[in-house]
Amino acid sequence: MIVHVSIFLLFQLAGEVTSRALDLTVPGPVLGMAYFLVFLVSAPKAAASIRPTAQGLLSHLSLLFVPAGVGVVGHLERLGSDGLPILLAIVGSTALAIIVGVLTFVGLARLMGTPDA
Amino acid sequence: MPEFAEIWTYLSQEPLLWLTATLVAYAIGDAAFRASGRLPIVNPVLIAVVILAGLLWVTGTPYGTYFEGAQFVHFMLGPATVALAVPLYSNLARVRATAIPMLAALFAGSLTAILSAIGIAWALGVRGETLLSLAPKSATAPVALGISEAIGGSPTLTAVLVILTGITGAVIATPLLNLMRIPDWRARGFAVGVASHGIGTARAFQVNETAGAFAGIGMGLNALLTALLAPVVIGWFL
Repeated sequence: MIVHVSIFLLFQLAGEVTSRALDLTVPGPVLGMAYFLVFLVSAPKAAASIRPTAQGLLSHLSLLFVPAGVGVVGHLERLGSDGLPILLAIVGSTALAIIVGVLTFVGLARLMGTPDA
Repeated sequence: MPEFAEIWTYLSQEPLLWLTATLVAYAIGDAAFRASGRLPIVNPVLIAVVILAGLLWVTGTPYGTYFEGAQFVHFMLGPATVALAVPLYSNLARVRATAIPMLAALFAGSLTAILSAIGIAWALGVRGETLLSLAPKSATAPVALGISEAIGGSPTLTAVLVILTGITGAVIATPLLNLMRIPDWRARGFAVGVASHGIGTARAFQVNETAGAFAGIGMGLNALLTALLAPVVIGWFL
């Protein structure tokens, strides 16, 4: 467990350092995820042993967004008189993006003959 | 026996109280979610946020004080993002097999998210900084804030819009996709990750591990694409 969490932190650290050193828009943890994936591909045994820790962390992923969510409440009045149009834009565009994205994926997967395994 | 005020003075200065409150509020949200038979509208994040915001308001606690405790939870977002590589690795064969549908869905979903958000808000009379702040709202928070600043939006406002988008996606995805009769977990997860980043991805993991893995890829790729597309789409409206 300690070793696994250290591994996550080391890859995050590597990602943060690269992101800052090269002045990239990609956040450090996202780069860290990419590095970690390369590591897992080259070390399948490590992948099997680290899987339970990763699953434990990811099954509570929602919890990790709570502090940022609480921060948002204090800024809701910033929406001001634009509140309703903005909420409509968010709900409308999120629904549309999901619909367009899923239909594109399913359509092309069918066209290319890669049905869900 | 010490006065309650003295105990409160201690509690309000230490991270213990608000760290505990964050976990308890989430546990309550999660229990409500399970008790409802896992109804998507009973979103644990939303419930926890409402409880905590209410507590802060009642006790007159500033967000800065709250965050001193909550930062330990917030911090784990970084390692959890790295950990997303594990389900991605487990699904690697499926990911390779669907590279082209994935890239097409990424482009279509990302463009739709930016264009329709600005389009709807613009049609309803929203202009200026607020409109610009809306453009990157489907990207994961750190990326969205950077884009917002670069295109002349307000990063604080964008942070609010990013979280609202995530919660919206987490709440509407399951009923919407069931209504559309889409059984493919890869497509469902990916579209949700592109449209509603980490909070959508967290929701996808609650439903299905493959959906979660694909949502994580969608979130990561859309962070890149939004940075490229948002300035272009904004140009069409100015």
